[in-house]
Amino acid sequence: MTLTIQHLYYLIGFILAVTALLTVRDATNPRRFSSAAFWAIYAVVFLAGDVIPPMWIGLMAVIMAVIAGFGGVAGGKHQPRTDAQYLESAKRLGNKLFVPALAIPLITMIGTLSAKHLIIGGTPLLDPKNTTLVSLGVGCVVALALACWMTRETPVQGMRESWRLTDALGWALVLPQMLGMLGLVFSDAGVGKAVAYVTTTYINMDIRFIAVAVYVIGMALFTVIMGNGFAAFPVMTGGVGVPVLVHHFGGDPAVMAAVGMLSGYCGTLMTPMAANFNLVPAALLEIDKNAVIKAQIPTALLLLAANVFILYFLMFR
Amino acid sequence: MPTDVNLWPLIGVAIIIAGFVLRFNPMLVVIVTAIGTALAAGFPIEKVLTTIGTGFVKTRNLPLIILLPLAIIGLLERHGLRQHAQRWISNIKSATAGRLFIVYLAARQLTAAVGLTSLGGHPQMVRPLLAPMAEGATENRYGKLSQKVRDKLRAFSAATDNVGLFFGEDIFVAFGAIVLMATFLKEAGIDVEPIHIALWGIPTAICAFLIHAIRLYRLDHSLAKEIAAESAASSNPAK
Repeated sequence: MTLTIQHLYYLIGFILAVTALLTVRDATNPRRFSSAAFWAIYAVVFLAGDVIPPMWIGLMAVIMAVIAGFGGVAGGKHQPRTDAQYLESAKRLGNKLFVPALAIPLITMIGTLSAKHLIIGGTPLLDPKNTTLVSLGVGCVVALALACWMTRETPVQGMRESWRLTDALGWALVLPQMLGMLGLVFSDAGVGKAVAYVTTTYINMDIRFIAVAVYVIGMALFTVIMGNGFAAFPVMTGGVGVPVLVHHFGGDPAVMAAVGMLSGYCGTLMTPMAANFNLVPAALLEIDKNAVIKAQIPTALLLLAANVFILYFLMFR
Repeated sequence: MPTDVNLWPLIGVAIIIAGFVLRFNPMLVVIVTAIGTALAAGFPIEKVLTTIGTGFVKTRNLPLIILLPLAIIGLLERHGLRQHAQRWISNIKSATAGRLFIVYLAARQLTAAVGLTSLGGHPQMVRPLLAPMAEGATENRYGKLSQKVRDKLRAFSAATDNVGLFFGEDIFVAFGAIVLMATFLKEAGIDVEPIHIALWGIPTAICAFLIHAIRLYRLDHSLAKEIAAESAASSNPAK
C-alpha cells in the first residue's frame, strides 16, 4: 500500500474533528459554538473534500471566512503549568527533550531522500508526488510516539496539546489556504494577463537598465499582491522577461529566470499574503502579526536593489 | 482603451490592497476579493463558488506543515522543552542572539541548498528551539528581558528562518521552482539547462547571506543599547 497525501488529509481531518469536539465542550471559551462550527467545517473539508461538489466547498469556505471575519473564532483559557513544574521536567528529561523535536526534520529528510528506494513488490511505500509532505507525516507520527514514551503521556494528551496550540493560532491557521485559493481565483479570472498588459503598455522599456529594474521590481510587487513568487513568475517573465530582456536586448535567460524568481522571494518577505511565512509564525510566536514582516523589510529591500545590479551586469556579460 | 484583455479583474488587486491597508479582518478581505474578482471576470454566481471551492480543496496541503507537528511540540513544551533550550544555550558563554542567528542562517541556507528544506521551519524549529535559545542567550547576558526585546528576538528568529530557506533552496536543482522556470522557458521556446538556472541563483544567495548577517551582527549592538536605555529608564522612574 502506498502512503499518500490523502491519508494525511484524513489524519488532519481527524485532528480537527477532535479540536471541534474539545472546543464545544470548553466552557472557558466565550465563543465555543461558533468556534467549534468553524473547526468542524474545516474538518469536513479534509475528510470529504474530494467527494463534496466544489460549489458546496466554496460555500463552506465563505461561511468559514464569515465566522472568522466577525470574531466568531476564539480560544479558551488553557491552564499553563507552573514555572517550577516546567523546570522540574526540563531538569529530569534534559537533552532527551530534543530527541523527538529533532526526529521530525530528521525522519522527513530520510524519507524524502530514500523514497525512491522504498518500493515493495513494485508499489512505492511513499507517494512519489508528495514525498516531503508524506515523510513529514510519518516523522510526526513517529515523533509523537517517541514523545509519549519519553514523557509517559498518552496520545490523548497530545491531542489536547494540539488543540491548545490550534486555539492559540485561531483562524490564522486557515489563512494560508484561503490565500492560496485566492491565487488560483486570480489566475482563473485573468488578473495576471491584465497586470502584464498594463505594465508593458505604460512603461518605456527602451532603456536597458529601466527594463531590468521593471522586471526585478515588478516580480517583487506582483509577488506582494499574489503572495507567491510562483504565481508572479509566468506573468512577469511572459510579459517583460522573455519579450524585452531576452528577445529585444539579447540577455541570458538562465540569469533572468534565477534572479527574477529570487526577486519574487524578496516580495514574499514583505507581504501579509504570504501567510505561511509571515503571519502564521507571528501567531505561533505570540507577537504582533506584522512583526516578522517588519524584521524582514530592510533585508528584502537591500537585496532587491542588489538584484537589479546582479541581473544588469550578469545577464549581459 | 482598445484591448482584448479584460481589465476588470484588476479590481481584485485594488480590493485586497485596500482591505489590508484599512486593516479589515484578513479572512473577510480574502473572501470578498475572491468573490469580487470572479464576478468582475464575468463568472455567474455558481461558477464563483465552484472556483473558490476548487481552489480551497486544491490548496489543502498548505496547512499540513503547521498542523502536523503541533501535538508533539505541545507535548514537549508541557515538559519544559523551551526552558531546557534556554538553559542549554546558557552553557555556551560566547553565545549571543545575533551570533546564534548567523550560525542558523548559514546552516539553513546550506542545508536548503542541498535539498534538505525540511531541516527547519516555524513550528518544528523556530518556536520550540531557535526563539527560546535566542531569548536564553540574551537573558544570560543582561538578566530579565522586557516583552519588547523578547518580541524583537522572536520576530528575528522567524525572519532568519525565512531568509535562509528562500535564498538557499533555489540553488538546489531538483527544487520545484527551478523545474517551473525551466518548463516555462521551454514553452516560450527557450531551452535552458536547469543546472544553469540553479547556478545563477548563487550571486543573489551570497548577497542575501551578507545583507542579513550584517543586520544580525548589528542586532546585538542595538539590543545592548535598547536594554541599557530600558534599565536607565526603570532606575529613574518618571515623576
